[in-house]
Amino acid sequence: MAADKFPVEAGHIMLFARSIGDANQIYYDDEYAKTTEPGAVIAPPTFVQASAQFDPNYFLRPKIGEEWFGSAKGPTGITQKKEGGGGGGGGGLHAEQHYVYHQPLKAGDVLTAETKPGKSWEKEGRRGGKLMFSETVTEYRNQAGELVVTATGVGVRTERPATSGE
Amino acid sequence: MPLKASELKVGDTYEKEVCRNLSRTQIVQYAGASGDYNPLHSDEIFTTQVAGYPSVFAHGMLTMGMTGGMLTDYVGDGRLRSYGVRFTSQVWPGDTLVAKATITGITEKDGEKIAEIDVETTNEEGTVVVKGQATAALDD
Repeated sequence: MAADKFPVEAGHIMLFARSIGDANQIYYDDEYAKTTEPGAVIAPPTFVQASAQFDPNYFLRPKIGEEWFGSAKGPTGITQKKEGGGGGGGGGLHAEQHYVYHQPLKAGDVLTAETKPGKSWEKEGRRGGKLMFSETVTEYRNQAGELVVTATGVGVRTERPATSGE
Repeated sequence: MPLKASELKVGDTYEKEVCRNLSRTQIVQYAGASGDYNPLHSDEIFTTQVAGYPSVFAHGMLTMGMTGGMLTDYVGDGRLRSYGVRFTSQVWPGDTLVAKATITGITEKDGEKIAEIDVETTNEEGTVVVKGQATAALDD
């Protein structure tokens, strides 16, 4: 996910922590957070995935004025069948996700996210058909230009559309 | 609280139930917070009638996020140095997941004592849903 400006906001961290069922007080209580080693509200380890919210072109978010492939009047909002898989990484289905943490990510940080392609490789699927893996490497830097998190997503595509089931 | 290298040994484990009877609503909560609104995770009509799955299913990143909560409970806040997983099986509404960490090594890097950790999350049937590794900085 590329983003020119990804503001890491306290309210967003609280909502994200709730959604992953993590009750750790450091994610929502700034008074408590001051007493901890990081000394401030920090983000959970997978929080940078939410940079999708700040990627103007993220394809898994409905866009104002555009058709959406989820159900509406009919089971899909578009007439032309469109591939809808993907949870990150290089598209298709999300096969792997890796993070390297360079420093704690704190509420108030403003990140940039720069994405570049990584390695790609192929494997024979267990049920036949080729599996095509591709890496996407995203570097998240803070307002001082310091590297905070390096994220490597691995996406996998099959020869068939990812949403056709197996 | 951070772990202490002097009190830790290879083979030590920690586990946590990270969700019980996972609800579709929690999956929707994750969609809203993360920004991944893929209908496969929230739209039962699309997912069953168009995509051909038996029901909606959780984002892999939701499972990785819940598993990360087990890790930070274990190693302490701000102590993770790396964390990576492979998504090995889908997670469905109704699943109960247990995330487990196993210490596989204690090393040193850039002047820090580091725990090497195997990570595995399983559902109620014993199927592994994510599998990976993490490293965390230790106190002496």
